[in-house]
Amino acid sequence: MNTFTVSKLQSVSELIQLRSRLLNEEEQAGLARKERILICMGGGCLASGARKLKDEFHKQLHHAHLHNSVEVKGIGCPGPCSHGPVVIIDSDKTLYQNVSPGDISEIIEQHIQNRQIVERLIFRDNTDGKSASSIADIEFFKRQTKIVLHNCGTVDPLSINDYISHNGYAALSKVLCGMTPETVIREIEKSGLRGRGGAGFPTSLKWSLASKSSSSQKYIICNADEGDPGAYMNRSELEGDPHSIIEGMAIGAFAIGANEGFVYVRAEYLLAVERLQNAINQTKEYGLLGDNILGSGFSFNLEIRMGSGAFVCGEETALIASIEGKRGEPRPRPPFPVQRGLWGKPTVINNVETFVNVPVILLNGGDRFASYGTQKSKGTKVFALAGSVRHSGLVEVPIGTTLRELIYNIGGGTVNDRPFKAALIGGSSGGCIPKEHLDVPLDYESLNELGAIMGSGGLIIIDETSCMVDVARFFFEFVTEESCGKCTPCRVGTKRILEILLRICDGEGKPGDIEKLIHLGEEIKRTSLCGLGQSAPNFVLSAIRYFRNEFEAHITRHCEAGVCFREKKFNDLEIQHSASTKD
Amino acid sequence: MIKLYIDNQPVEVPANTSILDAGRGVGIKIPTLCFIENFEAKGACRVCLVEVKGAKNLVAACSTTVLEGMEIFTNSKTVRDSRRFVVEMLLSEHNGDCKTCLRNDDCELRQLASEMGINVLEFEGEPAPQNIDDSTPALIRDSGKCIKCRRCVTICNEVQGVGALFPQGRGFYSSIGPSFAENLAAVACVQCGQCAAICPVGAIIEKDHIAGVWQAIDNPSKHVIVQTAPAIRAALGECFGYEPGTLVTGKMVSALRRLGFDKVFDTNFGADLTIVEEGTELLHRLKKALVDKQPVALPQFTSCSPGWINFVEFYYPDFLENLSTCKSPQQMFGAIAKTYYAEKIGKRPEDIVVVSVMPCTAKKYEAQRPEMSHNGIRDVDYVLTTRELGRMIKQAGIDFRSLPDSKMDSPLGISSGAADIFANTGGVMEAAIRTVYEIVTGRPLPTNQLHIEPLMGLDGLKKATLKIEGTLPEWQFLEGIELKVGVAHSLTNAVRIIDAVKKGEEFHFIEVMTCPGGCIGGGGQPRFTTNEVRKKRIAAIYQEDEGKTLRKSHENPDIKQLYAEFLGKPLGEKSHQLLHTHYKAKENLKPT
Amino acid sequence: MAAEDNKNQQALATDEEILTYVDHLIAECREKPGIVIPLLQITQKKYGYLPEPALRKISHELHIPYSEVAGIVGFYAYFSIQAKGKNVVRVCQGTACHVLGGNEVFAAVKKELKIDVGETTPDGQFSLAVGRCFGACGMAPVIMVNGEMIQQVKPSQIKRILRKYKK
Ligand SMILES: Cc1cc2nc3c(=O)[nH]c(=O)nc-3n(C[C@H](O)[C@H](O)[C@H](O)COP(=O)(O)O)c2cc1C
Ligand code: SF4
Ligand code: SF4
Ligand code: SF4
Ligand code: FES
Repeated sequence: MNTFTVSKLQSVSELIQLRSRLLNEEEQAGLARKERILICMGGGCLASGARKLKDEFHKQLHHAHLHNSVEVKGIGCPGPCSHGPVVIIDSDKTLYQNVSPGDISEIIEQHIQNRQIVERLIFRDNTDGKSASSIADIEFFKRQTKIVLHNCGTVDPLSINDYISHNGYAALSKVLCGMTPETVIREIEKSGLRGRGGAGFPTSLKWSLASKSSSSQKYIICNADEGDPGAYMNRSELEGDPHSIIEGMAIGAFAIGANEGFVYVRAEYLLAVERLQNAINQTKEYGLLGDNILGSGFSFNLEIRMGSGAFVCGEETALIASIEGKRGEPRPRPPFPVQRGLWGKPTVINNVETFVNVPVILLNGGDRFASYGTQKSKGTKVFALAGSVRHSGLVEVPIGTTLRELIYNIGGGTVNDRPFKAALIGGSSGGCIPKEHLDVPLDYESLNELGAIMGSGGLIIIDETSCMVDVARFFFEFVTEESCGKCTPCRVGTKRILEILLRICDGEGKPGDIEKLIHLGEEIKRTSLCGLGQSAPNFVLSAIRYFRNEFEAHITRHCEAGVCFREKKFNDLEIQHSASTKD
Repeated sequence: MIKLYIDNQPVEVPANTSILDAGRGVGIKIPTLCFIENFEAKGACRVCLVEVKGAKNLVAACSTTVLEGMEIFTNSKTVRDSRRFVVEMLLSEHNGDCKTCLRNDDCELRQLASEMGINVLEFEGEPAPQNIDDSTPALIRDSGKCIKCRRCVTICNEVQGVGALFPQGRGFYSSIGPSFAENLAAVACVQCGQCAAICPVGAIIEKDHIAGVWQAIDNPSKHVIVQTAPAIRAALGECFGYEPGTLVTGKMVSALRRLGFDKVFDTNFGADLTIVEEGTELLHRLKKALVDKQPVALPQFTSCSPGWINFVEFYYPDFLENLSTCKSPQQMFGAIAKTYYAEKIGKRPEDIVVVSVMPCTAKKYEAQRPEMSHNGIRDVDYVLTTRELGRMIKQAGIDFRSLPDSKMDSPLGISSGAADIFANTGGVMEAAIRTVYEIVTGRPLPTNQLHIEPLMGLDGLKKATLKIEGTLPEWQFLEGIELKVGVAHSLTNAVRIIDAVKKGEEFHFIEVMTCPGGCIGGGGQPRFTTNEVRKKRIAAIYQEDEGKTLRKSHENPDIKQLYAEFLGKPLGEKSHQLLHTHYKAKENLKPT
Repeated sequence: MAAEDNKNQQALATDEEILTYVDHLIAECREKPGIVIPLLQITQKKYGYLPEPALRKISHELHIPYSEVAGIVGFYAYFSIQAKGKNVVRVCQGTACHVLGGNEVFAAVKKELKIDVGETTPDGQFSLAVGRCFGACGMAPVIMVNGEMIQQVKPSQIKRILRKYKK
């Protein structure tokens, strides 16, 4: 534990001094310390009792008079969320899963004191059939490449000192002392970084457009709205490594000439907001945000704004409207936000994950970053693996990794080894990938060819117990509820599609319905005002493309998965189709 | 200049031109629904889609500006199919019945559907929820018919600064209207009817008084008289296919007679009376301030526009004292008709029915205000908008275009040119100055054609300064004074001028008209009132004014007679009883 | 600032209390552009819903037409103009939850509380809402009670979970 507080840092050398002091202290502590216990403090593990677990560890270590030699440290999410709470024994990197307070004494006595692994708590279901105790041997970890998540699972998200001692704010100080906006943008260009919010727009291009604008006031915004059902990468990044986002944004602000920034966080992410606010406060205290950062003359202020429950606010012009205090309705583009954004000023909007990549790129060089990924898409991508998959959680792999690798080698296959049916990628605006395409490399172009999209990283696996028509109906309920209603095709068209899907799921489908769905879908895509409408029909169209037989079967009242047509039986349990998130 | 191709034709337009305008320039009409001239394109309705070579999706012509070398197709199969799809979507949501819709002859949606030849509804489904709001005296809203184009939102907010209408809710069940899809009466709507005038469909319409008027006409025991506002004569023709700006005063009078009105009078008479009263009131206020050194509310604001009165009551109660106490010409006319005129023809006021034809929906509201009656009898009984009169004439089977001209009746039918120009922005002020100047100096206003150039035209805010010299002895205190006047039309401009007053800019008299362009652009006028139409109607009104020998209100012989026989003098006791009133703040909408 | 949590909800605030509260909120940030949404969020958090006097006050003080304030409130799913129960149960209807049996959980909650979405139990204890993905897909299916996440829920556990919150 770091024992001192710091006053505002006045220069880069003060930051460097602080870092070496911290490292020094850490080294001293490391020598004095016998062991360190890392406990995941991610939202998932917290909800399954991680905080209590941490307190209990403290208590029992105290009891065993080990509190001076064994440190307990909270960390960001290391990934395997479905097995939380997760505890890592630092010295040998043993990972314990589903740990409950009752397991603590055993861990302390057996592992900490006697260096014997508690077999019954180790990570099971390794793909090679064997259990492994150490992160170094677990397939789920071994096969990942962590750039974005490199701090998640090592750095304490609540401590700026811990972040600084892990080279935090080194990229920012490098930028502030010696780089120009142009050289920063050039480095990003070299890295080939593309936006992680879904569309994959080259980040350097966006930044240089904004940078060239002569406006005296510009803004930078971090899009943390993450509304796609089934995606929570950004949540983990915010909770697990908030300082990287702040640092990335500060660098972006420097590159485009902005002095003010906003992080727009989705309403549900209470913990993320708390962590981020905590990080912002610390950063201000250290003088790493605010006026004249590190004596460089560069000033940057950052504020959090919360969403209030509207998926469309992830769309950039809607997000801007929301920050401006209006209904979050999109407007036509052009003009693009880099031309006319927040309060009419040039504005850069990037996804959380895009920003997290930035400090790494500046520190290690764009070329190094570009060595990961494919010809056209560089770096790694974080996916939120969920649904029927053994190890659901966050995984990070180089872009271009195959779907099969992700599901089977990292995710450990489907739940109970049920036959794989499809991977739903990109959420409601994405598509489905059937088993014949399991070897598709996950990159922007290959996915587009299959009628899916990379999206923001939501990846949900379904097996044969799920019905494609039902899933399509499900996605469509979502987009219909989330359509802002401004433009005609999306407002009315999505409703018409939903009506047809509901009809089909109720066993009242008619011949010609499938053609109608395709017609509606294609027109909505072509005519809608914003990305929501333009992509709303994607999933249905993709489901029809690969599972048309299921739709046809439903029209003759047959549901292979046995999911549909149950409404008579479950009358009072049936989901209200009109149910909405609106109370 | 930008060079591009539209349907393979080379086109050259200035930078920042929209595809829509570029197309219009070369004779290509791209359909629109949500677009309104001079306002930022919303891109909401999607009927203006065109194909741009290289673009992934179709683009909205209204909201996309041209780029060098662009190749645009406005009539490809994709474009036709997609536009048709969009209109089909609107129709599938539309919860209305053309057979009985007031707008079936000029509905833009019906027109588009018919142009596209849509004769089956392929995508039927749940229609938009229908809520009928008839909570206000002036307007009826029908959410089922609304196509959510938001034109009304733009008008109510950006032109009127009222903000009564906004999108509510979201998605398919979103609606356009007052707070939480409540009724208009729940919010600060001033009843101007600009929303009804701009709506492409029948979702906001005026409350129709035609049936009541027929009933009165059919009742033999009632003496039914009609007054027509100055702005009607320059616009009514449009209901019968005349060009905007065609004066149809004579035909209008003939039509009204044929409809069965017992007398056809002119609101202009009320306007002349207003000028005499209001001008005198101004002089009194000035005297009080300059001679008596007493506190008095200056500048004086005109009070003829009922939407403006509502606006002050809602938003600027601190300025209520500044409003002239004069009733509007419509109400002055009614008050005189039911007293002076009633006596003259030997009828009881309750046997007289006063119908007015107004360019304005707020006049319907005004007529039923409690302030606007005398001894429990309303000054005005029914208010028809220009559009309603047009419909009534059609109902009666009158072939308007072939009617002969005829003249208004006396004694309430004679009026000056000054009264005519009440119809347009700047007109009331000019009329007032013509009279005030002459009262004070004994000489006519020494300007070209009696006009005050800086107060003419469509600028939102207009100002003029008039140096008063050579005063009559009685008005000595005004000698050398620079009379400062201001004119605003549309309520956002009213706010601008109020802000200027608040900041300390000196004005003595300010004219405010609620609607853009003044009454000629009123919410009850034939659709659609563009700036070009406004200009033409204004030109017609000035033409009417200039064509008269009687150009000043105080010279109107019937007005003189009215004072001699009945009222006594301006601001006299009778005037106070009949022609003046006071307004109160509308508290009900403030935070509790 | 979360609009979600209504633990602080006061039993029955009078209009006067509400106005004083909102007044004091606005005093700190009146000039800040775009502040209306954060103000609504804080007010919603305080009372569990947005009382009309508060909305009228915000409209008046910030010079935003009341219809616009209403339009903002109605746009965002987290705002509510109806008072809610002491506990707000939100059932995730996200994709992962859906494919892992979220429907059954939802049905069990409805059956237990005997109310539908948007309704409040007669004793004022619970209100029911649905959400689209709480970002806990790895732990699906999930429900949220008063902002607290409960993961990997089974329909059979619903009774016990809800009993804990009933006071
Ligand atoms: C309906 C809709 C929802 C979106 N939601 C998000 C989101 O939650 N997070 C995000 O980063 N981008 C989202 N986007 C994409 C953004 O509009 C924008 O492209 C992105 O934030 C740009 O960042 P990037 O360049 O770093 O990817 C959404 C787009 C649409 C059309
Ligand atoms: S596409 Fe849908 S979400 Fe986007 S503007 Fe149109 S109605 Fe709104
Ligand atoms: S009548 Fe005027 S003030 Fe009322 S809603 Fe229509 S435009 Fe707005
Ligand atoms: S009421 Fe008329 S003008 Fe207003 S949005 Fe509806 S259709 Fe458009
Ligand atoms: S006129 Fe262009 S989208 Fe409506």
